[in-house]
Amino acid sequence: MTNAPTEAIDVARQQPYPGAPDNWKRFFTFSTDHKVIGIQYIVTAFVFFLIGGLLSMIMRGELVTPEANLVDRTIYNALFTMHGSIMLFLWTFPVLVGISNYLVPLMIGARDMAFPRLNAVSFWLIPVVGILMLASFLVPGGPSQSGWWAYPPVSLQNPTGNLINGQVLWILAIAISGVSSIMGGVNFVTTIFRMRAPGMTWFRTPAFVWSVLAAQLIQLYGLPALTAGAVMLLLDLTVGTSFFAPERGGNPVLYQHFFWFYSHPAVYVMVLPVFGIFSEVFPVYARKPLFGYRVVAVSSVLITVVSATVWVHHMFASGTPGWMRMLFMFTTMLVAVPTGVKVFAWVATIWGGKLRLNTAMLFAMGGLVNFVFAGITGVMLGSVPIDIHVNNTYFVVAHFHYVIYGAIVFGIYAGLYHWFPKMTGRMYYEGLGKVHFALTLAGTWLCFLPMHFSGLMGMPRRVSSYDPEFALWNVLASLGGFLLGMSTLPFILNMVSSWIQGEKAPNNPWKAIGLEWLTTSPPPVENFEEIPTVISPPYGYGRNEPLIENQSEAVPADGVTT
Amino acid sequence: MTTESSIAQSREADIREEQAHEAAENSKFGFIVFLLSETVIFLSFFAGYIVYKTTIPDWYPPGVSGLDTKDPQFNTIILVSSSFVIYVAERYLHDKKLWGFRFFLLATMAMGGYFLYGQAIEWSNLSFGFTSGIFGGLFYLLTGFHGLHVFTGILLQTIMLGRSFIPGNYDSGYFGVEATSLFWHFVDVIWIILYVLIYVWQ
Ligand code: HEM
Ligand SMILES: [Cu+2]
Repeated sequence: MTNAPTEAIDVARQQPYPGAPDNWKRFFTFSTDHKVIGIQYIVTAFVFFLIGGLLSMIMRGELVTPEANLVDRTIYNALFTMHGSIMLFLWTFPVLVGISNYLVPLMIGARDMAFPRLNAVSFWLIPVVGILMLASFLVPGGPSQSGWWAYPPVSLQNPTGNLINGQVLWILAIAISGVSSIMGGVNFVTTIFRMRAPGMTWFRTPAFVWSVLAAQLIQLYGLPALTAGAVMLLLDLTVGTSFFAPERGGNPVLYQHFFWFYSHPAVYVMVLPVFGIFSEVFPVYARKPLFGYRVVAVSSVLITVVSATVWVHHMFASGTPGWMRMLFMFTTMLVAVPTGVKVFAWVATIWGGKLRLNTAMLFAMGGLVNFVFAGITGVMLGSVPIDIHVNNTYFVVAHFHYVIYGAIVFGIYAGLYHWFPKMTGRMYYEGLGKVHFALTLAGTWLCFLPMHFSGLMGMPRRVSSYDPEFALWNVLASLGGFLLGMSTLPFILNMVSSWIQGEKAPNNPWKAIGLEWLTTSPPPVENFEEIPTVISPPYGYGRNEPLIENQSEAVPADGVTT
Repeated sequence: MTTESSIAQSREADIREEQAHEAAENSKFGFIVFLLSETVIFLSFFAGYIVYKTTIPDWYPPGVSGLDTKDPQFNTIILVSSSFVIYVAERYLHDKKLWGFRFFLLATMAMGGYFLYGQAIEWSNLSFGFTSGIFGGLFYLLTGFHGLHVFTGILLQTIMLGRSFIPGNYDSGYFGVEATSLFWHFVDVIWIILYVLIYVWQ
């Protein structure tokens, strides 16, 4: 036999998929390679991150002074609605799906996701969602003004009388994003259940994969409830049914139940993958096994279950009867248990470790601190007597931005830095990364800490003008906001220039343990020359045991390279 | 062709068959996951129905005292029995008896079609509409959403029927038929719950 066929296979392997363009252009094609799709998700989401950020800059600009003098009130309402919606549905969800898409098949030793074409369709729906959201700036009446939660009766108002209005476009966008997410959920769950490499039992599966599984299960049980609510809202808005319209006998609080039954667990859809990133990053840079790996893994699934039982804590002030408040206060506090277990495990992992403080580790540690802080205010909000007072004030805004910016965005950055060499085959500039970290940390605290104080003093959220007694806190928050806006610049600069001309990355620059580090950087099409057989649990730092059969080099206990 | 390369080829064919089998198993798993998720949509609607029904005092639109159950009852029997018919169709396919498969699949489609026809007749005879209060809205929303699923099921069955005329199409596996049949059972079970909620519990 000649060598020709193998050569052809080699050539094919270097392409993202057979017959595909072999350069950056492939990111603009309907690729079915989970790695290409992952990067497509990440980059698209980042574009929306910048757009959503721009909207928040205008809001913070408005809030520098107590009077409303930059934008008028309707525009301000549209701004916070679109800011929140874009940040959640077009940045946080997609970027995490992108990271998961890239990593899960690599981490479990699969050649691709279970349904590659479905995967591509899931991605290409995201730009459609984005176009619909942004198109609402162009329709008469402008974008929806009812906030990202779209409570009726506010969301049922349609002053222009047009059938195509900002609210309708918003609902359609959410529906399409839901379709994309459900298809993604089916894909992830099937992939993780059925495509793990030989030998990879559940307790040899990386914590990140566990947390993605947990997050995607939430999509599957939660999103349908939101869909049901959205369909009814859309019918109320367009054909005049009366499900949620109080003046026609409808019950607007029922909408809140549909909405929060999904949207509370949704915060775990966002934060669980970030927990997964923490669990991967800490052991590598502390050179220690993940403390309590099995407990960490199982606690993700516990969070999935418990978070289905807490949604009414968003409705303590919606006329909810006392017994229900007590019940849901209890379940809310219960989520703190599996979450606290994780925090404990991470701290114990870092404790006494030989820390390497490069950018990924800094972001993970910063994210952990922010998350603990957000957790404290979260427990405060979960207790009925406190929530009754600070509900709908800036205290809430402060809390969820500590979660979303402080923990989730930090975690996303940690993950992007950590796997950047794997994804691009290049190293990033560590110095620039540290500048990025410092600016982001300072910006987060300066922007969101003051909101706790203005909130406790009673400043309502979603207002474009406010009592001058809150002025100091708002000026500080705005300064922090602008700092955060600026903080993304070194990141973009770093990523773009490193990708183009960074130093070539070795296969395993951090001397990490995990299947994804055993293939080339970037990995070939279909990921592995040969599917590895796993023979030990992950995170064997310092134990000197091989992860897979016939491993060529075991990872040293203190594989310090930088 | 040397023996060596023909051995290699047959091994490759084995691998390919193995992969096709894996892919079909994955699809089945994924489809079940999808159906579970769909179930939650219906459960959410049902939960909404129960909440409204138990909290709203004058439930039916003015002039309506309840729903007639005679025709829907017959419709229900037709739909539920069609679940057995599609099962028989699947058995025939399993035994590679294509004509039997086609016959029973067609029978399923006819029964599903009859169900939709019956529903259309029922709808056209009702004295209330989509916007007649909460009950009107929920009635049409639930039965309509379910009807859409019946329609989708018939569409899938049509495709499966058409595919049976492609020679060799169902020789090595028939995931599509299994999925279609699973979907049909799902639509049936949902209907039973819906029937109890709307027609029995008046
Ligand atoms: C520079 C960074 C950011 C600034 C300065 C900022 C600022 C703001 C402001 C002023 C509001 C309006 C609060 C109100 O009136 O109730 C808001 C709301 C919101 N933000 Fe941000 N934000 C930033 C980043 C983010 C990020 C990264 C996310 C998500 C990933 C996010 C998610 C939200 C959400 C969900 C809302 C709620 C919208 C609503 O329901 O009113 N924000 N933000
Ligand atoms: Cu919540």
